[in-house]
Amino acid sequence: MYAKVGTVSTLERDPGDGMVQVLDEEGGVVGDVPDLSEDEFVAMYRHMKLARHFDERAVSLQRQGRMGTYPPLSGQEGAQVGSAMALAEDDWLVPSYREHGAAMVHGLPLKETLLYWMGDERGSLIPENANVFTPAVPIASQIPHATGMAWADKLKDDGETDRGFICYFGDGATSEGDFHEGLNFAGVFDTPTVFFCNNNQWAISVPREKQTASETLAQKAVAYGFEGVQIDGMDPLAVYKATTEALEKAKNPGEGERRPTLIEAVQYRFGAHTTADDPSVYREDDEVEQWKAKDPIPRLEQFLRDQGILNDERVEAVEESVREEVADAIDAAESTVRPEPQSMFEHVFAEQTPEIRRQAEEFARLRETHGDEAFLEE
Amino acid sequence: MSTQEQEATQNLTLVQSVRDALATEMELDDDVLVMGEDVGKNGGVFRATEGLYDEFGEDRVIDTPLAESGIIGTAVGMAAMGLKPVPEIQFSGFAYPGFDQIVSHMARLRTRSRSRYTLPMVLRMPYGGGIRAPEHHSESKEAFYAHEAGLKVVIPSTPYDTKGLLISAIRDPDPVVFMEPKLIYRAFRGDVPEGDYGVPIGEAVTRREGSDVSVFTYGAMTRPTMEAAEELAEEGIDAEVVDLRTVSPMDREAIVESFKKTGRACVVHEAPKTGGLAGEITATLQEEALLYQEAPITRVTGYDVPYPLYALEDYYLPNAARVADGIKEAAEF
Repeated sequence: MYAKVGTVSTLERDPGDGMVQVLDEEGGVVGDVPDLSEDEFVAMYRHMKLARHFDERAVSLQRQGRMGTYPPLSGQEGAQVGSAMALAEDDWLVPSYREHGAAMVHGLPLKETLLYWMGDERGSLIPENANVFTPAVPIASQIPHATGMAWADKLKDDGETDRGFICYFGDGATSEGDFHEGLNFAGVFDTPTVFFCNNNQWAISVPREKQTASETLAQKAVAYGFEGVQIDGMDPLAVYKATTEALEKAKNPGEGERRPTLIEAVQYRFGAHTTADDPSVYREDDEVEQWKAKDPIPRLEQFLRDQGILNDERVEAVEESVREEVADAIDAAESTVRPEPQSMFEHVFAEQTPEIRRQAEEFARLRETHGDEAFLEE
Repeated sequence: MSTQEQEATQNLTLVQSVRDALATEMELDDDVLVMGEDVGKNGGVFRATEGLYDEFGEDRVIDTPLAESGIIGTAVGMAAMGLKPVPEIQFSGFAYPGFDQIVSHMARLRTRSRSRYTLPMVLRMPYGGGIRAPEHHSESKEAFYAHEAGLKVVIPSTPYDTKGLLISAIRDPDPVVFMEPKLIYRAFRGDVPEGDYGVPIGEAVTRREGSDVSVFTYGAMTRPTMEAAEELAEEGIDAEVVDLRTVSPMDREAIVESFKKTGRACVVHEAPKTGGLAGEITATLQEEALLYQEAPITRVTGYDVPYPLYALEDYYLPNAARVADGIKEAAEF
């Protein structure tokens, strides 16, 4: 069970207030628990712990000058992990730049995410076995891509499809033209796309209520002719359930149903927009504390303890393995030698143009003349 | 591409050769599809897709909502999944709502994904002035796209080249912006082989051999340039006319080779002068062939003013007389 269109989502009205959930803030069961095995529940918990620990370490690396600007995700693990776990291996994930947790669940190694934010293009090479699209930085610009990808799948399969496509974006993205165009095309061409809005309340410093006068973001789906649902994005089980249902509808719509769904996952970004931002300038500590009480990780942990699936020992074991995995990823990223400078001229076209070849040769001569140290900052 | 199999030729206008190229490739490759505003039942506002809807159906000749970013952005997604979309922007002056998709994604996806995702797509758009059209229907902004790394920019000037270049563009593994000179969509006919053939992207062609001065141009400006060259021949100035056909990657070798022969050059385009491709061509000649140069290189271009409403467009667009002046200035220095 989760709330349908019509409930309110603003800073004044949080998900605990009238929105039906699976887990309440204390991890108590208030809805239908999705049918997951014990291993899957533990995997969900571990993924969330991994995403949180990765995030803390990544922010710390940036603070130490070991990584460039980085967009943190803490607070959003429930939405990212819960939704990505609903994907089948064949389904596609089209992320924005903050979906490190979701992308990791769907097969993108943490090392690649680190390399990308460390400024190394090789971090952009998604492994062949992961159906993850290259993260988009310009806000909402990935939404038409996800529609086009899903549309292509349907066209290639003579109007049928057994794959779903999930596209992530934030509350700010709903103000962009590409949100409208991407969702409008999806409605018109009935593409198997799940539009997953991580409404974390803040687009850098601009609050959700300044993005739109709409009562909810989910209700915007009505204008495109398909279903919109508003869920507690900090309740991983509600997220998993809603995403599973949306993906099922994308693949096998019922009579009179349209394939696409807009999911508004109401949540909160605990940290800054990116490490270049200071949120204390635009929001109150009280507000942050209020939302931290809804932290998705202790909620799920309490539920799993109550179910007898987790205990102190197992929690410790998870924490230990998560620390190791992140440490290994950081070691692997930091021990990767700087990219070969000439690689800048690769991957522009399938075949280098004569002018790019000339410029690459000129660049090689420059390096030979001056040495690489002449190009690098102290 | 098979040239032996060509059995017959047709006498087509430039816009008919666009249609012929699309039909030819759609017949040969099920992954090729056409999408855009009014391209389906209506056959395109210029009839560039006429009859394709009936022939290939609504899943391959797709009437889209009126949304340029949506058209280009969804085409990016389709191409990333292995289709070969050929989206049409109805007029190049309306491409700007999709500009972010062009420069941030269409041009960059190969680089951004280290070639995991590539975009075999062709973005067609009619460009240029001279058809008495309303505001925003006459601009020539090829320099925007040529400036963007990761895009190829093709501008044909004959029916034969149009078909061959469009086929090459559709088969190219990378995104191509295909700008069609709408002024000459129906201005004349030319022999166009039936069946498939390619004209290579990135190769200029010499339209008129000459020894006194090299004239570099492309697209709709090729006609007044040829006219000027013929007129000047009667005055004893023998101009060589090089039609670039692709403005990015530009055939610098052909440009330099012609210039080494003549030592003089005039560049003609209808786009505004500042930041236009004439500057790029001039700089290339300075870099590659300075010691051959015998005169300042002249530029005959549109002016640095917003494209005027059509009562004044004949004054804005370079015509044969202006081109002839520019050629003479270079030839007689």
